[in-house]
Amino acid sequence: MGLNMWPKKENREHKKSYQKNQQERRKIEKGATHGVIARNQRLNSYFMHHRQVAKESLLRLLATPFASLMTWLVIAIALTLPVGLYVFLQNAQQLSQEWDDAAQISVYLEQNINAQQGQKLAQHIESWNVVQQVRYISPDEALEEFKQSSGFGDALQYLNENPLPAVVVVSPRTDSSNLRLTQVLLDRLQALPDVEQAQLDLQWVDRLFRIMALGQRMALTLGLLLGVAVLLVVGNTVRLAIESRRAEIVVVKLVGATDAFVRRPFLYTGIWYGLGGGLLAWLLVNVVIYWLSGSVAELVAAYDGDFGLSGLGFLTTLSLWTFSALLGLLGAWLAVGRHLSKIEPQ
Amino acid sequence: MINFEKVTKRYEDGYEALSELSFHVAQGEMAFLTGHSGAGKSTLLKLVMLMERSTRGKVVVSGRDLSETTRRKIPYYRRNIGLVFQDHQLLFDRSVFDNVALPLVISGAQPKEIGRRVRAALDKVGLLSKEKLLPLALSGGEQQRVGIARAVVNKPALLLADEPTGNLDPELSAEIMRLFEQFNQVGVTVMIATHDLSLIARMRHRILTLQQGRLLSDGA
Repeated sequence: MGLNMWPKKENREHKKSYQKNQQERRKIEKGATHGVIARNQRLNSYFMHHRQVAKESLLRLLATPFASLMTWLVIAIALTLPVGLYVFLQNAQQLSQEWDDAAQISVYLEQNINAQQGQKLAQHIESWNVVQQVRYISPDEALEEFKQSSGFGDALQYLNENPLPAVVVVSPRTDSSNLRLTQVLLDRLQALPDVEQAQLDLQWVDRLFRIMALGQRMALTLGLLLGVAVLLVVGNTVRLAIESRRAEIVVVKLVGATDAFVRRPFLYTGIWYGLGGGLLAWLLVNVVIYWLSGSVAELVAAYDGDFGLSGLGFLTTLSLWTFSALLGLLGAWLAVGRHLSKIEPQ
Repeated sequence: MINFEKVTKRYEDGYEALSELSFHVAQGEMAFLTGHSGAGKSTLLKLVMLMERSTRGKVVVSGRDLSETTRRKIPYYRRNIGLVFQDHQLLFDRSVFDNVALPLVISGAQPKEIGRRVRAALDKVGLLSKEKLLPLALSGGEQQRVGIARAVVNKPALLLADEPTGNLDPELSAEIMRLFEQFNQVGVTVMIATHDLSLIARMRHRILTLQQGRLLSDGA
């Protein structure tokens, strides 16, 4: 709507720029007849401005590398704790998965039960819906197994008769979280008439699961608490940034900046703080994993195991970065909402 | 262009800065606003810039009743007014070019357009060769001219200035005033608040004199 700066009044001094301006105006008028083009251009410059602001806020952070690094480190440490715990739990879960398969109930049958009765009982147990699989081991087979695995094979030859009972090995349906169900199954097996004893192997695996469930809850709680801490850190840092640019904010508001325009650089600042913290946290977690992996390998080797620490997967890493950037954005948003509206031209 | 109808501005502490002030500045006119400090010059400019709102009365700028302009619309309204500050209010961490480009960036202009208009504005104030410098590398007079370039880069219909020569020596002040006259000659409505009476007395433009929030005199 602005009245033209150089209207038709002839003025030698301004003639050149006036003519240039006329051309420009013709161009603009031509453009205006194509509303879509004008809108596209507007949208274009909108995105370009976003890119520009993003770049400028990053450069602004890098201009004070030490102060920014401090903030990034604080955020990174706050993120490393829950993420590290998460990685630890992931590994523990992976490790215990192998033991989980071994969570079986050994049902020792009475000595006087013969093979036919034993197999019939095994079939009966297999029909229960909480049971996944059943394996009948006759006393002879048990002895054979024992010979092979115990190293007492020669000594056993001196026994007159096989002292081992028949065993039915019951694998519960894999629903490891439900310890109660397994316990019920155990009691039910124990109550069967021909059963001498039913024993749950690796009961501690279930206990481990409980501990891990607790650990997961702790990781979540820690994550929530430290997430709030990150919000506060970013919020406070952005608040200081707003304060230090108060004069500039007043000027841009007076030359017609919208609230969104004023807000934008600070929101990007928050994103950069969050994202930088996330990247550093990723680095820290990996350093810790690398640092621990040597000891873990030794430990696992001592147990004859085959297990390597796994780090942050691709998706986990991606969500860590996204999450930290969002945290930064949210922290900045809170600070901007609280402090920016107070800065008005006076 | 600017129309005040019995405008009263009373601040929250009870101080009445303007009392039933009425005047009209026509489109294309150039007017000085003068008076002792506390006479209401700044308040008047603040009302026009919508930094404050009148307690009573009506302020109409370019046919728009400012009492009807909502908070959300204020930025868009301000884009039609060029404002020159006493202390020029440049951003010292940005080049002369970026300072002048600010209003265009804010209104979402195309980069090509920005480059062309900024150079035209800098050319106008005679600082085309200094576009890459930081404001601190310029003299006081040059800094003020950058401030003026920034105010006119958007081609506003109305140019307001608050003590634009406050910190300049007489010679530079006269130069700055001549610049404003040039803009006025090409149709821009100009209103300048100043207390440099000796300077404006020689310039033969309309002078509005305020005293205690009222119009004391109105004339050349």
